[in-house]
Amino acid sequence: MFDKMHIKMNVNGEDHEFLAEPRDLLIYALREKLNITGPHVGCDTSHCGACTVTVDGKSVKSCTMFVAQANGAEITTVEGIGQPDALHVLQESFREHHGLQCGFCTPGMITRATKLLEENANPTEEEVRFGMAGNICRCTGYQNIVKSILAAASELNSAKEAAQ
Amino acid sequence: MNDLTPDREERSAGLKGLGCSRKRVEDARFTQGKGNYVDDVKLPGMLHGDFVRSPYAHARVVSVNKDAALALDGVVAVLTAEDLAPLNLHWMPTLAGDKQMVLADGKVLFQGQEVAFVVARDRYVAADAVELVEVEYEELPVITDPFESLKSDVVLREDLAGQTEGPHGPRKHHNHIFTWEQGDETATNQVLDDAEVVATESMYYHRTHPCPLETCGSVASMDKVNGKLTLWGTFQAPHVVRTVASLLSGIEEHNIRVISPDIGGGFGNKVGVYPGYVCSIVASIVTGQPVKWVEDRMENLMSTAFARDYWMTGKIAATKDGKITGLHCHVTADHGGFDACADPTKFPAGFMNICTGSYDIPVAYLGVDGVYTNKAPGGVSYRCSFRVTEAVYFIERMIEVLAIELDMDAAELRRINFIKKEQFPYQSALGWEYDSGDYHTAWDKALKTVDYEGLRKEQADRVEAFKRGETRKLMGVGLSFFTEIVGAGPVKNCDILGMGMFDSCEIRIHPTGSAIARLGTISQGQGHATTFAQILASEIGISADNIAIEEGDTDTAPYGLGTYGSRSTPVAGAAAAMAGRKIRAKAQMIAAYLLEVHDDDVEFDVDRFAVKGAPERFKTMKDIAYAAYNQAIPGIEPGLEAVSYYDPPNMTYPFGAYVCVMDIDVDTGVPEIRRFYALDDCGTRINPMIIEGQVHGGLTEALAVALGQEISYDKMGNVKTGTLMDFFLPTAWEVPNYETDHTVTPSPHHPIGAKGVGESPHVGGVPCFSNAVQDAFRAFGLRHTNMPHDHWRIWQTANDLGLHE
Ligand code: FES
Ligand code: FES
Repeated sequence: MFDKMHIKMNVNGEDHEFLAEPRDLLIYALREKLNITGPHVGCDTSHCGACTVTVDGKSVKSCTMFVAQANGAEITTVEGIGQPDALHVLQESFREHHGLQCGFCTPGMITRATKLLEENANPTEEEVRFGMAGNICRCTGYQNIVKSILAAASELNSAKEAAQ
Repeated sequence: MNDLTPDREERSAGLKGLGCSRKRVEDARFTQGKGNYVDDVKLPGMLHGDFVRSPYAHARVVSVNKDAALALDGVVAVLTAEDLAPLNLHWMPTLAGDKQMVLADGKVLFQGQEVAFVVARDRYVAADAVELVEVEYEELPVITDPFESLKSDVVLREDLAGQTEGPHGPRKHHNHIFTWEQGDETATNQVLDDAEVVATESMYYHRTHPCPLETCGSVASMDKVNGKLTLWGTFQAPHVVRTVASLLSGIEEHNIRVISPDIGGGFGNKVGVYPGYVCSIVASIVTGQPVKWVEDRMENLMSTAFARDYWMTGKIAATKDGKITGLHCHVTADHGGFDACADPTKFPAGFMNICTGSYDIPVAYLGVDGVYTNKAPGGVSYRCSFRVTEAVYFIERMIEVLAIELDMDAAELRRINFIKKEQFPYQSALGWEYDSGDYHTAWDKALKTVDYEGLRKEQADRVEAFKRGETRKLMGVGLSFFTEIVGAGPVKNCDILGMGMFDSCEIRIHPTGSAIARLGTISQGQGHATTFAQILASEIGISADNIAIEEGDTDTAPYGLGTYGSRSTPVAGAAAAMAGRKIRAKAQMIAAYLLEVHDDDVEFDVDRFAVKGAPERFKTMKDIAYAAYNQAIPGIEPGLEAVSYYDPPNMTYPFGAYVCVMDIDVDTGVPEIRRFYALDDCGTRINPMIIEGQVHGGLTEALAVALGQEISYDKMGNVKTGTLMDFFLPTAWEVPNYETDHTVTPSPHHPIGAKGVGESPHVGGVPCFSNAVQDAFRAFGLRHTNMPHDHWRIWQTANDLGLHE
């Protein structure tokens, strides 16, 4: 019913081109056109963060961005953060510290946490809690999520030190 | 024995069995975004369904005009009650013995009620078409208050008009659903009349919602060629869904396959059967194509599965020195437009009759009246066993009120009334047999750890400092001691729609010594694939890493009643242990044959059978498994498999002692949780890491409910809290770190002594947070104030007490 737009985007290192209505939300374009189902829909109203992806270097709730706004963008979803045989430190850490239960919030949590640690490599517990406040988890009570992120931060830092 | 043989402890650790904080096997897929939730199911030619919902809480549906919607490109069908009536699917039975409209049949009874179901090419077209369906309504008077409802001339359920008998006995009024009574009212009243002290209090446990992060949804696919219906959905009880779907649709049960894929949290929300499930099935039958329905968050909060909404009045009798002599409780229960409570059939108010709590109360009475109003149906157990949260909140508030009445310390009052260790199994005045407990030990440990006396001293000093104007912050010490009742349940008194509440496990050992086990339950984040393998590992001596667990596919899993009410470990966990024991019994015979001794001359030792007194002569479970498949053993069938259906002899009764320390800013109403200590006794501990995670999660949901989470309505029946903007879900920023602790009192009747834990922290947590808030104001004369204690209400309490002057 609306004229379709020609959209180009790079998702997790792969180029995609497709037609979409300008009103289509980024989350549905990812999930339904590109079959990238890691990001989830928990609310549709930018409260829960289950749909968090990285768009041109920034954490974005993809239920609140039109696909048209992401035209030409570089996007990373949880699927692009690690590989089965080379998991990201955060992915390991969430498992190690029981930072997830039902797993529905987890893709958004991990995607957001990667940016958080890029923005602040040495966060305090308070900074982690504040920096993750846009991501809701109904299962874990956050304590182990915070623990997972702090542990990942220190691991990443010691790896960096060792490399220097 | 050669030197290479690992010692017992090493072998035991290698199993990763009971007591091991084994890392979860589920996590690899979830952390990589490879979970498979219902909205991830995508089938060729799949259509999308969406509801036209009523903007009114009570109205007649005069007409529905579908023309404009059907004319929209991409719209395949628009279903109304009229279309469902020939199939007899315009109404459906509820779990509570009532019936509920699938699509509005002449009228609507709550805001958000399903009126028409639009089926279209994609979710955008479906949403557009919803806007194009023209519905004409005629507004009717709205009732949102159950007390008013019982007096009103307005008949909410016209379909039941004239019926004076309901599924749970007589109806006293056209908006009355049932009266449920337990205990002895005459004797209780006598005790109250004769009592030295009686404390009376009324309290409202507000309506709220489980709100898992994933909403409800389903995908139905009717294969007309083979006559097979496959249904994926957010089902906490997939086998029951299959039976219900078969009874409703007339499709034979063997032609229905129900699959619960990964579930993004349940907390009770996904126990019920919702119109969306039924409509997706009908739409798939009608269109011949798969149809997906996934509700959005607003629909979830407005229409599926509220929790609580209990108006409770208590009278508690005691001697002057605090020995409780009797308890009277009456509840007016607001069930909304249809009675869709998810309770075992014979328990219309769930296990509310656990409301005598952890105390030895000789005489008690409970009466519950269920009432219709113009609110959404539901009444699920939000992270608790059936209505246990309400019961525990009630008694834990009554204890506090009694302590005020007696001018006594609330911790001491609890201590002198606890059921004593030697009284178990304990027969409660309201009909339960508590299996085991050691409350005094748990309580003393909790109070000692938090330095209870020190806290009370600090609190008293704070009150003095406040009075001198040196601080504007008060301090609250919240206490709660709870007894849960979980693991429903004995088939003799617990069923859902006639289906006895047993559960099941089937296990198959492969020739190479690894295994697969399937159970009738379904994980929604509890980590069943991890913990059930641990139970089995300890029973059969095969490492948990070599045992795959499957649940949720009715074509492969044995029949079970599903996961809610903390029943998975008590019931399915027991079935797993029993199936494991059958495997072990056969393995023993095989081992004896291989070792050329009598069956009784071999004994199980961690991962093997060894000849008694000659441990160097043994066969490992791996050897035995291989032999079971490759050797002809006289008198023994080949293969190594077992099935167990477990009907528990009793419920299990986990308990715990919680303490919360809070500082409350009297001028802003903001509570700051300084400390939260949670001691849980869930019997034998299967995986401490997972238990701790469950406790953190349950406490956080308790915090939410106590401090702000509410489904509220205005007088017109409009939902005021329909999005996450208004409906409080705490973030990492609001939630404290919790201290967890435990004692272990194994259940005497459970094969491994486990009791279940997923819901305890919610049950015990809500009164603990609430008591902390209320305790802060006790010195200023507060007796009771209702939850949720959000900032505004706390400020209001302070203001009412004159603390802003
Ligand atoms: S779905 Fe995007 S924030 Fe909730
Ligand atoms: S793990 Fe379930 S919502 Fe976070």
